[in-house]
Amino acid sequence: MSDMRTPLSRVRGLGSAKKGTEHFFMQRVTALANIPLTLFLVGALVVHAGSDYATMTAFLGNPFIGLIMLLLIVSAVYHMRLGLQVVIEDYVHGEATKLLALIANQFFAFTIGVACVLAVLKLVIG
Amino acid sequence: MVEIALPANSKIDKGVVHAAEGTIANPRTLKIYRWNPDDEANPRVDTYTIDADDCGPMVLDALIKVKNEVDSTLTFRRSCREGICGSCAMNIDGQNTLACTKGLEDVKGDIAIYPLPHMPVIKDLVPDLSNLYAQYESIEPWLKTDTPTPQGEWKQSKEDREQLDGLYECILCACCSTSCPSYWWNSDKYLGPAVLLQAYRWLADSRDEKTGERLDDLEDPFRVYRCHTIMNCAKACPKGLSPAKAITEIKKMMVERTV
Repeated sequence: MSDMRTPLSRVRGLGSAKKGTEHFFMQRVTALANIPLTLFLVGALVVHAGSDYATMTAFLGNPFIGLIMLLLIVSAVYHMRLGLQVVIEDYVHGEATKLLALIANQFFAFTIGVACVLAVLKLVIG
Repeated sequence: MVEIALPANSKIDKGVVHAAEGTIANPRTLKIYRWNPDDEANPRVDTYTIDADDCGPMVLDALIKVKNEVDSTLTFRRSCREGICGSCAMNIDGQNTLACTKGLEDVKGDIAIYPLPHMPVIKDLVPDLSNLYAQYESIEPWLKTDTPTPQGEWKQSKEDREQLDGLYECILCACCSTSCPSYWWNSDKYLGPAVLLQAYRWLADSRDEKTGERLDDLEDPFRVYRCHTIMNCAKACPKGLSPAKAITEIKKMMVERTV
């Protein structure tokens, strides 16, 4: 297909989206939050290696532990959603495919996040 | 979408071997990418052996020697031959650089010479940089002011002038942008390291009065934020500049005006 638009017209395209900084900033904020939260998770798993079901449910049912777990879920899932969005924008070039992939990413992240939150709440409250 | 088949002319054929005539004192072999739009043939890599003792010290000297003495059809851009015009940017020994400042002695063994990566090729070592030049134009690389132009010059403190060091030296050779994977995949929308360094050169200029508008135009998931600090740009720059640092400064300005 011959494109007779000028290079400058193609480069200017639809103009600036005037956003992207929030995405960039929140990716860094959640990355920062993930450091202590993930270290806590790893530590908790090491300490409880081999523990039985009752010990684990009691541990995760503790409101303070539950709070940290909820923070980890929110931060990690948010970070995952932002990161996957970047991967899709980098590598998926068909506009329709890209749009579908971005929507699927939203649905996937929300579903995983809400499912994990529900599991923790059940242990803490239920 | 995923492309299963490679684009046309992706396969590189074995080329012509131009052996040196007689015995030569200091033979160096150049393996040069050749492609001619006028025939239907795939690109090929031609081999030229020259006497480095009868040649200037730089890769550009060798290319000129080949064009003058062996094969006048070899096509490449060159002008200043001293690293200030940026014309002879090409991929030498796997690294984007200027042929005029890359010494023959800096390369061990055969010297592989290709055009700048991932650009449309016009002929041989000449890439089509129209998109990059249009991107440069799009950032409006000139001083923009509302205050009436003063009688003398626009004044700038010594410290403010120093903010432009490491930026004004850019010669727009495109070594950085064409070494950047983000630019390879999204050069239609991502401005790339060369143009973003130039954009920051105007953002950092204390005399410019359109900093906010400039940031507005750049703030875009694709125009700036495709940069993932891969750092190929800083590694490739033949002038020793760091486009990656300039892009980080742009991101810092973007964050600064929101928090």
